[in-house]
Amino acid sequence: MTLVAHDLGLAYDRRQVVEGLDLTVPEGRVTVVIGANGCGKSTLLRGLARLLRPSHGSVTLDGEELWSISPRRLARMVGLLPQQPVAPEGITVADLVGRGRYPHQGVFQRWGDDDRAVVAHALAVTGTADLAERRVEELSGGQRQRVWIAMALAQEPRILLLDEPTTYLDIAHQVEVLDLLADLNRERGTTIVMVLHDLNLAARYADHLVVMREGRIVHEGAPEKVLDAGSVREAFGLEAMVVPDPVTGGPLVVPLSKAHPTAQAVDASAGKEG
Amino acid sequence: MSLTTPPRSSGPSGSSGSSGPTEAEIAGRVARAARAGVRRRVLVTLALVAAVLVVAVLSLTTGEVALTVPELVGALSPDGDVFARYVLLDLRLPRLAMAAEVGALLALAGALFQSVLRNPLASPDIIGISQGATVGAVTALLVLGWGGLAVAGCAALGGLVVAAANLLLGWRNGFSSYRFVLTGIGLAFVATSVVGYLLTRSDVREAQSALVWMAGSVSGADPAGVRHLGLVLVVLLPVGALLARGLGLLEMGDDTAATLGVRPTLLRVAALVTGVVAAAAAVSVAGPVSFVALTAPPIARRLLGDGRVGLVPTVLVGVVVATAADFVAGHVVPGQVSVPLGVVTGLLGGPYLVWLLATTSPDRRSR
Amino acid sequence: MLVVLLALLCLASLAWGARDVPLHAVIDALVDPVPGNQDHIAVRDQRLARTLAGLLAGLALGVAGGLLQGLTRNPIADPGLLGINSGSSLAVVGAIAVLGITSPAGFVWFAFAGAAVAATVVYAVASLGGGGATPVKLALVGAAFTAGATSLITVVLITDYTVLADYRFWQVGSLVNRPMDTVAVVAPFVAVGLVLALASARFLNAMALGDDLARGLGQRVGLGRALVCAAVVLLCGSATSLAGPIAFVGLAVPHLARAVVGPDQRWILPWSALLGPTLLIAADVLGRLLVRPAELEVGIVVAFLGAPVLIALVRTQKAVAM
Repeated sequence: MTLVAHDLGLAYDRRQVVEGLDLTVPEGRVTVVIGANGCGKSTLLRGLARLLRPSHGSVTLDGEELWSISPRRLARMVGLLPQQPVAPEGITVADLVGRGRYPHQGVFQRWGDDDRAVVAHALAVTGTADLAERRVEELSGGQRQRVWIAMALAQEPRILLLDEPTTYLDIAHQVEVLDLLADLNRERGTTIVMVLHDLNLAARYADHLVVMREGRIVHEGAPEKVLDAGSVREAFGLEAMVVPDPVTGGPLVVPLSKAHPTAQAVDASAGKEG
Repeated sequence: MSLTTPPRSSGPSGSSGSSGPTEAEIAGRVARAARAGVRRRVLVTLALVAAVLVVAVLSLTTGEVALTVPELVGALSPDGDVFARYVLLDLRLPRLAMAAEVGALLALAGALFQSVLRNPLASPDIIGISQGATVGAVTALLVLGWGGLAVAGCAALGGLVVAAANLLLGWRNGFSSYRFVLTGIGLAFVATSVVGYLLTRSDVREAQSALVWMAGSVSGADPAGVRHLGLVLVVLLPVGALLARGLGLLEMGDDTAATLGVRPTLLRVAALVTGVVAAAAAVSVAGPVSFVALTAPPIARRLLGDGRVGLVPTVLVGVVVATAADFVAGHVVPGQVSVPLGVVTGLLGGPYLVWLLATTSPDRRSR
Repeated sequence: MLVVLLALLCLASLAWGARDVPLHAVIDALVDPVPGNQDHIAVRDQRLARTLAGLLAGLALGVAGGLLQGLTRNPIADPGLLGINSGSSLAVVGAIAVLGITSPAGFVWFAFAGAAVAATVVYAVASLGGGGATPVKLALVGAAFTAGATSLITVVLITDYTVLADYRFWQVGSLVNRPMDTVAVVAPFVAVGLVLALASARFLNAMALGDDLARGLGQRVGLGRALVCAAVVLLCGSATSLAGPIAFVGLAVPHLARAVVGPDQRWILPWSALLGPTLLIAADVLGRLLVRPAELEVGIVVAFLGAPVLIALVRTQKAVAM
């Protein structure tokens, strides 16, 4: 199931945010979109999720024009976790996750064993099974985020789009969530497209990295090919050193700034302080 | 696509240390929780139905002509006591039925509006439908000198015209709740001004009779009116039920709802139109009965306790409130005098809301 | 520029009406009145007080509306929100029914008292439960109070039409028959309310960000809310006791102000103080001209004048979430 943007333009109130963008989302892979604030990452995601009508160009899913697919049918194939989802007052975790089954259920909302099994699985893999009877509004930020991911999982989409899924999470939970998504991708072949702020987590988890700047894609490809000091400077206006990640061998972005303008005297090849 | 995978212990899950429950166990838990939710719903619904029946029996048996329950039942059969049948079928039952229908329609409208607009001040009472209907009715009464069904017709027309103007004026490159509500309030004020003009320029006694209509009452219920309202109710309730599920999703935000396959704008407009028709129908026949539309949804939510949009319970709450209020209205003042229904709901609404607020847990977010 | 418009409107208010008084006569009437001159009498005895009443009421309503919309963070709040208008109305109905008072001047103290009592009750009840008098609770309690008071009023009116005869004219909102001493009596309250309001501007700016953030910025939320409500009572109570319940001005004027100057309360409040009287006096003058020699009460005209402006405004703004 391939999602492709053709010469895509997206605008808000006559302000063009995304311009002439071509992107083929690699099927069955994890794609991460990075870029400075306001570069159009979220807008792109919303355009791909059919939340925003293109000002020009188009988005196709397996060659089919996205806007010609009925919302329900599309919901069975593509899921989105938006930036700040709103939980209705008083709703329980199990209830919320269960709502992810809506696109798969008929008009009379019959609940089958299938549905329950899917919900259970979603709860299990996100580690939220214990919270099933709790109210969403009582949970911590990290727990809530996992519940929302569980809901997206319950939707069983072939392509999952996530807009900054790790914001508000502490480092342990960030990694946990990303591992979860990586598992999903590996075991189910779910295509994942997410917007991340953390460049290094992006480098670790992305099969395909998309760097955006001012509404356009400036670099695209495997992280080790794409992330270097030049591209970081171009996209973020930030000076940085890009060194090998001691754990994965991939690129590790180390920012340089006024407060910390240069590397300490280090034995670079040994990677230890000299 | 495989739906169940072998049990696995997920990573650093929230609180459990050892390998968590199997998925089958989780599924069981979810099912049990769902069943508990359904049970609660059914219980609440049954309790409400019981309440409706109690109020109904009270209303039908009490009054200047007191009927005992056996007499009541006897009057239902075609060869029962003639006088009892008259009291029951021509006087009390139409009034009870109309109060019930009005309560149901207003509660439906309130539920739909609150779900769509998400502002506790934005009930059908204030965004122009009641005021437009009042203009229609008062014009019919004071300017045209009409009465009865014609007044109801004018009221319905007035309410619908204002609502249509509201929808049209509020539409610009798509639908915005904010625009809709503000436009509605503006139109409501204009309508109120017109009513004020009519009231000050007419004979005082006529103005007084117009005021009686404006207070909201079902004491003049007739079988034709009951039938008409019943028809509207029968059509709109299923529509509301169909919309309810989508509306529940809409409460999670437009983006999430759209991702799950809902069409937010279409749903909103459909829900509002349904609510408008329901409210206009009720107000045209009974006048602007205050507060039912505003209070029925929160009460129902409280009773259900799980954050869902419960349409049937909400409608039942509306029926209970309206019929109980009408019972009070008809019997609180000794003799044949009937206090207008709108007056009673207005007076009861206050203490109810106070109770609601005093028992609400503090807001998490500062709203 | 707005001040100029307002000044012009005031002049118009003094000059026009059932009979037109030429401009030089207006000036003479103000500066050097000749007793017995019909024009001078018209200007001094009737129109001056009327214009001043319009100025005060419009100012008070506009600012009160701005305060409430800022306090409740709800764009559909109007000064009647705290039950003030219905409290005033109930008191006035009581005055008519029980004490037989029939002139607007006589209503003044009752209206004021009714407003104060209503606001106090609403505020106190809304402070119950956790969280204090949050915007939502204030709105709901206010609505409850209004419904209750309106019901009581209705009961009185439908049982005694003589009360209705007087009440309905007060209720619709009018500036007629408000003598100068009434205006003078109310003026100090408006002044105090205005001072409180302008002093609250920064508090409201902080509150717009949410209670927690406001506290973080050093604002004392409970105290601030109480002061704002006090200002609203002073202002709206004054306006209602002077002109009857005209809630629309308080709803629409802050929106107009916001469209011009943005969300800073330090600008919205002063602008509302100018826009309010502009709208009200314009409506009053229009009411005098439209059906000469009869008159349309200002409360009737103001919605027709202001609603199209409000609707047009709302249509051109970007969609804002509620």
